[in-house]
Amino acid sequence: MTHPIVPVRLYVLIFGALVALTVLTVLASLYDLGGGRLHYANAIVAVTIAVTKAALVVLYFMHLRYSPRLTWVFLGAGAFWMVILLVLVMADFLTRSWLPIATWGG
Amino acid sequence: MPETHPAHAHQFETPEQQYEVSTLGMWAFLVTEIMFFGGLFAGFIVYVTFYAQGFAEGSRHLDITLGTVNTLVLLGSSLTMAMAVHSAQLGRRSRLLIFLALTLALGLVFLGIKGVEYSHKFHEHLVPGPSFRFDSALAQNVQLFFSFYFAMTGMHALHMIVGAGLLIWLMVGTARGRFSTEYFTPVEVTGLYWHFVDIVWIFLFPTLYLVARHQ
Repeated sequence: MTHPIVPVRLYVLIFGALVALTVLTVLASLYDLGGGRLHYANAIVAVTIAVTKAALVVLYFMHLRYSPRLTWVFLGAGAFWMVILLVLVMADFLTRSWLPIATWGG
Repeated sequence: MPETHPAHAHQFETPEQQYEVSTLGMWAFLVTEIMFFGGLFAGFIVYVTFYAQGFAEGSRHLDITLGTVNTLVLLGSSLTMAMAVHSAQLGRRSRLLIFLALTLALGLVFLGIKGVEYSHKFHEHLVPGPSFRFDSALAQNVQLFFSFYFAMTGMHALHMIVGAGLLIWLMVGTARGRFSTEYFTPVEVTGLYWHFVDIVWIFLFPTLYLVARHQ
């Protein structure tokens, strides 16, 4: 088969990066990164680290980097619909309080 | 399929094409899995927005040490799984068997630690239902947090159990000499699934365990 064989050293390097990012996300979660003002700062940092870790796993452990473009299209479609799901749902819930209509939830 | 594999089945032009069709099929399944877990995450995000305080109280009752250790265990199992695929590519059968066994062992360690965490929650009456007890004005919201916790980690654990079954199946196949440098598609495809379950945990861990540590 013509699939490139990823060198073991690269796998170990990726694993090391994943461990470091795990330690980083735990440490970052212990501090209020928004200084009490930026409400979502911690969440943004946590999601950024998680997306980075997922990207490392997908690109190297799951060989996406060495896969046909069609595989990228499949994963891209999944990610795209996931973004639609989250953005449209939150566009609804986060803006409900803008209208003077009583009362949902909180 | 017979035990002695031809290089490829008759409907494919080349083994290469067969390999790409199989892996793409797994990717298509994983996309449906993204949507499946995506629904759970979307629900969680809606309610953590509305009941931030109750969810924070609930989250702080999770064991951050066990959660971190489990994250590292699962990342380790992804490394051994990648090494298993690597061994299969090189046709090194005994090394493939060892790495599959290591992956399985780490997967079982993860499930064991999860079991310890679950049993703590039962003892602390934090399992949603009639026996749920939480001394706070926000007890109802905390209960909702734990409903999400058990639904999400439970579905994840179920995927781990399926993955463990697949690993055992691969180990039997390896021992019987089913795989070669020409044909190791089941190893690669199971690897894709295993790494995906790892990714789900990569998102679950900060979502459930770390969401409110800074407050």
